[in-house]
Formats: sequence, C-alpha cells, structure tokens
Amino acid sequence: MIITVASGKGGVGKTTVAVNLAIANKIRILDCDVEEPNVNIFLGMELKKIKDAFLMIPSINMEKCTLCGDCAEACRYNALAMLPKKVMLFPELCHGCKLCQMVCKYDAIDEGKRKIGEIFYGEKDGIQLYQGLLKIGEAMATPLIKEVKKYSNGNAIIDAPPGNACPTIEAIYGSDFVVLVTEPTPFGLHDLRIAVEVVRKFKIPFGVIINKYGIGDDRVEKWLNEEKIKILMKIAHDKKIAEYYSKGIPFVLEMEEWMEKFRQLYEEIKDEADSNS
Amino acid sequence: MKQIAIASGKGGVGKTSLAAAFASFSNAIFADCDVDASNLPLIFKPEIIEKIDFYGMDVAKVDESKCIKCMECYNSCMYDAITEEIEIIEEKCEGCGVCEFVCPTDAITMVRRKSGEVYVSKSRFGWIVHAELMPGEETSGKLVSVVRQKAMEIAKKNGYETIIIDASAGIGCPVIASITGVNLVVIVVEPTMAAIHDMMRIIEVAKHFNVPYVVCINKYDLNEEKAKEIEKFCMENNIAIVGKIPYDEAFTKAIVEGKNIVEYDERMASLIKKIWENVEGKI
Repeated sequence: MIITVASGKGGVGKTTVAVNLAIANKIRILDCDVEEPNVNIFLGMELKKIKDAFLMIPSINMEKCTLCGDCAEACRYNALAMLPKKVMLFPELCHGCKLCQMVCKYDAIDEGKRKIGEIFYGEKDGIQLYQGLLKIGEAMATPLIKEVKKYSNGNAIIDAPPGNACPTIEAIYGSDFVVLVTEPTPFGLHDLRIAVEVVRKFKIPFGVIINKYGIGDDRVEKWLNEEKIKILMKIAHDKKIAEYYSKGIPFVLEMEEWMEKFRQLYEEIKDEADSNS
Repeated sequence: MKQIAIASGKGGVGKTSLAAAFASFSNAIFADCDVDASNLPLIFKPEIIEKIDFYGMDVAKVDESKCIKCMECYNSCMYDAITEEIEIIEEKCEGCGVCEFVCPTDAITMVRRKSGEVYVSKSRFGWIVHAELMPGEETSGKLVSVVRQKAMEIAKKNGYETIIIDASAGIGCPVIASITGVNLVVIVVEPTMAAIHDMMRIIEVAKHFNVPYVVCINKYDLNEEKAKEIEKFCMENNIAIVGKIPYDEAFTKAIVEGKNIVEYDERMASLIKKIWENVEGKI
C-alpha cells in the first residue's frame, strides 16, 4: 500500500505525520518534497547518494543540422531558438519531451542530458529512506519526484511537497490512500479545500489529520463534517510536540501513547483503502 | 521600481503574515505569487476590479472516432499522461504535442486550456494582484510571471514605486519565478532544524540567481538555542537580520479574524514598523 501525506498549505505537519507513521509501523519512506526534503532531519540517517537524476535534453549535431528551423518551431516551451548559424538551446526551459528529435528530418538531434537532482538512500532501525534532492536553481521538480517514486516497492509512505500544483500531483498520483494534513486556521482551510478537490479528481481514498488542534477556530472541522470527510486524527497544539519538532525528534519516540496511535492510524488507513478498492 | 519578495523555503513559517503586516507601513502594490495556495487575499479581503483568464500550456484531446488504439501516443508520452485506453490524464499532460505529432490518424489535437485566473483588486491596503491556479494545474511559474507583470503595470500606472511579492514555499519553478530580478528577498525562518535547513537551500537559490537577501527570524523564542544558531550563521556569512519576531498566538488570532497583525494587536506595530524600515534600508 502506498500512502501519500500531502497538504495544500506548507508547514502544517506533513513531514511530522509521515515520519511518525513510518517509525511506528516500520515502513519505507520516500521523501518526495525534493525542493526541501526534511524527512532525514528527523531520522538522522547516514545517507548515501545512489543516483543522479537526469532529464533528456536535445544535443544538436551541427554537422547534420541544416538550420531548417523545424525543431525550434515545434518546441512548445521555447527551449530552442534559431540563430543565423546555429540552433540555440535553453536547457532550463526544456521539458525533455523529445518532440524536437522526432520532427528533425536530418537525424541531427541526439539525446543529451541535464542533471536535475540526486537520489539518496539510508537505512536505520528497520526503516529505509529514499530522498530526492533538487539541484539548486532547477525549476522542474516533477521528473525527480517521478524517479524517487520508483523506489516505493509497492509499500511506502510518501512525503509530498506542499501546494496544489504539478509536483504535488506527481507525488500523490497512483497512491492507494492520501492523508491530507491541515491546521485549524482560515489559511489551512483555504488550502485544504483545494487539496481535497485535487484528491477527489483522482478518486483516491483520503482522510484528514488536523494538526495543532486548538489554535485558530473550528471552521476546518465544521467543513470536514459537512463534506463528510473522515478525520483520521487530531494532534493537539502541544508545546512539547513543538519543541521535539524544533530539535528534529520524531515525537512518537518520546511520547509512548503516540506510538500506539500511529499504529492504529495505519490499521485504519488500511481498512479505509481496502474498503474503497 | 523596487521589488521585494518574501520567501522561506519551508512553508508555514510566516511569509504571508509578514507580507500582510508590511501592508500597514509600506506604500506598495502587493503581488500574491503563491498561486496554488493563495492566502494573502484572506487578510486583504480584496474587491476584484479586473479578472483575466490565464491559459497555460495546451492540452491533448483525443477524437475517439479517429483513434485506432495503435498506442503510438501512449508509447511516446514522457509524462505518462495517456492511459492504455488512450484517455488523456489532463493533470499530467505538459502540453508538449508529441502525441499529436506521432498520431497516424490525426486523432489528437492540442487545445487551449484555461489554467487559472489573475485578479487585479483593491483593498483597504491598496492594490493587490493575486491569482488562482486551477487545482492540479502545472505552469504555476508562468502564472507567477503574469501576476508580477500585472503588478508592475498597476504600479506604473498609479505611481507606486514598490511591489511586495508573497512567494510560495519551496525552491522550484514558482519560487524561481517569484524571486528572479527582485531587489531583495526577505527570507523568513523559524528556529527549527527543518526551517533552518530549508533556509540554507533558499539562500543558495538566491545566490544562484544573484539576488540580494536578508533574513527575518519568526517565533524566535520557540527555541532560543536554534535562534542563536541562525544568528551565528547569519553573522558568519554576512547576512543581515532585519527582524526577530516572538511567538505570539495573536498571529493566528489575527488570521482567524481576517486582520493583519498590526490591526489585530497594537503591541506588534512598532516591531513590524522597525522591520519594514530595516527592509527598506536594504534596497
């Protein structure tokens, strides 16, 4: 079973939930928040780089190129431009679709590659972590997320990036269950509603965890009840939890009762996912 | 024109609260560039003056009457956006046009798709340009650029000299689109290991694109030890700290009431004013 932990709003506790769930149930975890991967801050593993991640970009063979301009015209990302004596490539705009290669009549475009990030692996106390790390200055997180997801082995927890745009979609796509984390504030509610819309579009079973329960107001809870969305767990706004968080300590390791709660949460998710499949 | 972006790497550290607070002291146009989780309007409660449809990349459309299920498109799509039944998963389609090109029966065409809306609005704090990306759409970076462009137009037309940009979390495409070419990035951080880690990454991004940056420590008294680590790091690396804001439940309460912190709690006014002056002093 693949469980993705996501949220519209950032900083509401995705990583906290993902890490505690993984520890309590000894499940592999994939850090797909490749822009800002934080899982290992809480797991403290010694990570080894296992792979560089690349995106295909065109490499133009000027001996064969006739400067016909077909490739530049075909590219919908404006990644190729015709100059008087050459074809200029803007690699950071290229999405790696290979259309230029297909339209070239002179076989003048070879496959080059551009590094977009790295994948790391670590293991500790029966938990395995695969982490993507986006290269600084790289705009495209989605292809790296796709690479990291290949390590799910069919049974993993995915820590998704915040937001409701393409990197989040890539992370949740194909999951068996999505846990949406939110906080009880108008910001939390606004972003949660969009996230729910996204998950519903993909018809993936999901439930919500309200973190920092007690701050803000009750509009999140009311809305969830109106929409008949399952509230999986409430994590009270607790100074101790915040302190463990600030130090990078997963709170299930310090607060015994939560270890049990996260085990139950996993069982509950399993039941929910099964009953929907 | 001066452009100031509020960014953080990590989400939930207080970017939007700080941006909204600056509205009380700055004579600026606001650009909410967190287009897929836009929260600044929840405080500004803007009245929409102009609405502009945003079209991102085109999307593939299959004409089933022409499709012979040859699987050419399925095999060529780099984004796994076509199912075995030759249905387009629109959320995954990046609009490259490969499927249209390889289709032997012309069953696929690329069509325009509306990916969001841009709003030019007025509020009690003045002009704000904001946007909504349709859930699950890509091209958020492109939408950010449209928001910034529109804010620039409004500023010029109405004689404003400053634009304050509320960026999204992360360091990828929408963040790059939000911070490139600005005069200053205000990086908000809180004293937690995760936020410090993420601050380091956004600093590298700012360096990469050659934009000046300063740091603002939010909730600094949540973990004074970690706050000192941030201060030490900034001192060693010659990074100015424009402000230190204590943890206060008033920030959440202000959001609940749809106010900025200065409106909600006068105690914070002088602190925020000082931070804004420090920011202004840096540009």
